[in-house]
Amino acid sequence: MNALFVSAILGVLLMLSSLFIKDRNYIHALALAGLAVLFAINLAEFDGWLLFEMDLSGMLRFDRYALVMNAIGLASFFFYLLLSGSAMEKVGPHHADYLALLFFICAGLFMVTGFESLLILFLGIEVVSIPLYILTGSDKRNLKSNEAALKYFLLGSFSTGLLLLGIAFFYGARGNFMATVSVDPTVVGSSLQLAAVLLLLFAMSFKVSVAPFHFWTPDVYDGAPTVFTSFMATIVKVALFAAFVRLFEDTFSLQFSLWQPWVAGFVVVTLLIGNLTAVFQQSVKRMLAYSSIAQAGFMLLAVYTINGDSKEGLLLYAASYSLATIGIFAVLVYLQDHTFEGFNGLAKKQPIVAASLVIFSLSLAGIPLTGGFLAKLFMIKAALAYQPWLAIVSVVMAVVSVFYYFRLIQAMYFRKDAQSISIEFPKSFPIGLLVTALIVVLLGIFPEAILGLLYF
Amino acid sequence: MPINYYLFLAIALFSIGVVGVLTRRNAIIIFMCIELMLNAVNLLLVAFSKMHYNQAAATAIPVANPGIDGQLFVFFIMVAAAAEVSVGLAIIVMLYRNIHSVDINFLNRLKH
Repeated sequence: MNALFVSAILGVLLMLSSLFIKDRNYIHALALAGLAVLFAINLAEFDGWLLFEMDLSGMLRFDRYALVMNAIGLASFFFYLLLSGSAMEKVGPHHADYLALLFFICAGLFMVTGFESLLILFLGIEVVSIPLYILTGSDKRNLKSNEAALKYFLLGSFSTGLLLLGIAFFYGARGNFMATVSVDPTVVGSSLQLAAVLLLLFAMSFKVSVAPFHFWTPDVYDGAPTVFTSFMATIVKVALFAAFVRLFEDTFSLQFSLWQPWVAGFVVVTLLIGNLTAVFQQSVKRMLAYSSIAQAGFMLLAVYTINGDSKEGLLLYAASYSLATIGIFAVLVYLQDHTFEGFNGLAKKQPIVAASLVIFSLSLAGIPLTGGFLAKLFMIKAALAYQPWLAIVSVVMAVVSVFYYFRLIQAMYFRKDAQSISIEFPKSFPIGLLVTALIVVLLGIFPEAILGLLYF
Repeated sequence: MPINYYLFLAIALFSIGVVGVLTRRNAIIIFMCIELMLNAVNLLLVAFSKMHYNQAAATAIPVANPGIDGQLFVFFIMVAAAAEVSVGLAIIVMLYRNIHSVDINFLNRLKH
């Protein structure tokens, strides 16, 4: 809970820092130091050690799960800043402002993972969304960025409208906004409550880009500056999934039979659309957008199967998916050509970068020995307990995903570069990328490093 | 007055907003329709708040400030909507500067 306030304060500090600090490297270092502090504060909270006590009136509750999720988000944020922080300069001159907005989003993410009242869920989603609209449109002269920002804004606020109507019905049925199970017989089967469940399901699906509510995702992810797409597709999406699971597990477990078939349908449609469309993409950025929809299908299994396995799986998924996607996007920022051809012959020129990219692709495809494999395994195992056919669909779609991730590897190792443009990476970049890749592998070998945090 | 009237009015307003978003092509009008949706929700929350207040008064079970949190929520929606307006209008102005139009039919560059 302290992390929430500290991250908002850090945002304000960073915003003001551009007045006093002219050197971008110092601002960057300030942001990294701030993140380290946030991480330490969050870890300290595992043992109940708080900087300051606050009465939250039962609106926020940071249990172990939320704290682990926040720790994963902060760690991903740290690697994100390390790898693509300097690339923000390409977007525009307002380096400090972008960082400030990212820290505000971070505060919103803590609200979203720890909400206990639907008021906080709504506020958290807004605090996340509004800075994201700005970041999407931050490349002001670029028409694609403008278009993406407008689309994201209109569809985002439309889905907020749905969310609010759901919350209003929820309030009508219960008389409060608490995200707890209500066993009151006048509430459980009431039509207001059922309408609320469906509206909240649709609105949350919109926010995490689950098909058939995914149509904004490819355009927005493609049009937004690559640095910010990376943040949107990973850290934000994963935290919203944590909120999704929390909402439906804690609050609507008695309406299980109503929403479960819907979620099963969404899983199948999302997996099909995400994977099959990703196969036909020529641009790696757009491929990653569809791949993020496909991965959302797997993460949605955690909402479908409410049990311990899938919740633990979601944590592993959050870590491995975020790190791998951040890594690929970080390389993409430095390439002139965003199509698969842009990666041709990268292995010869930058062996370390290419090797890390291989690990990221393998992890996203779910090949053993990587974090992505174990994450998918947890999800599919959980699904098997409910509906075997759903597990089969997931496995088949995981196999399909191998095809487009391996295209990246094929381009790097087996294709010759037609026009030999040298790609300039900052000096420490390959090492940072390699460390990220190693963590993805370590997650696959020692998953208890994360899962242990849940219990000890 | 029974709650149903408020419920129907709010749902009608909300539906007008949804239909507007789906059919209109002008970014500003779509935006207005979204605001209409949010305000329909505000109306609904206030009506429910009154309903819960009346229910609590009728049953005579002592509840502290029945129905007050619904009205609190309305203020939060207003604040969030205002923040959204400032960002949204800025985005629309930015787009207008570049293409001299706010018609969303122009927004098809990303499809190709």
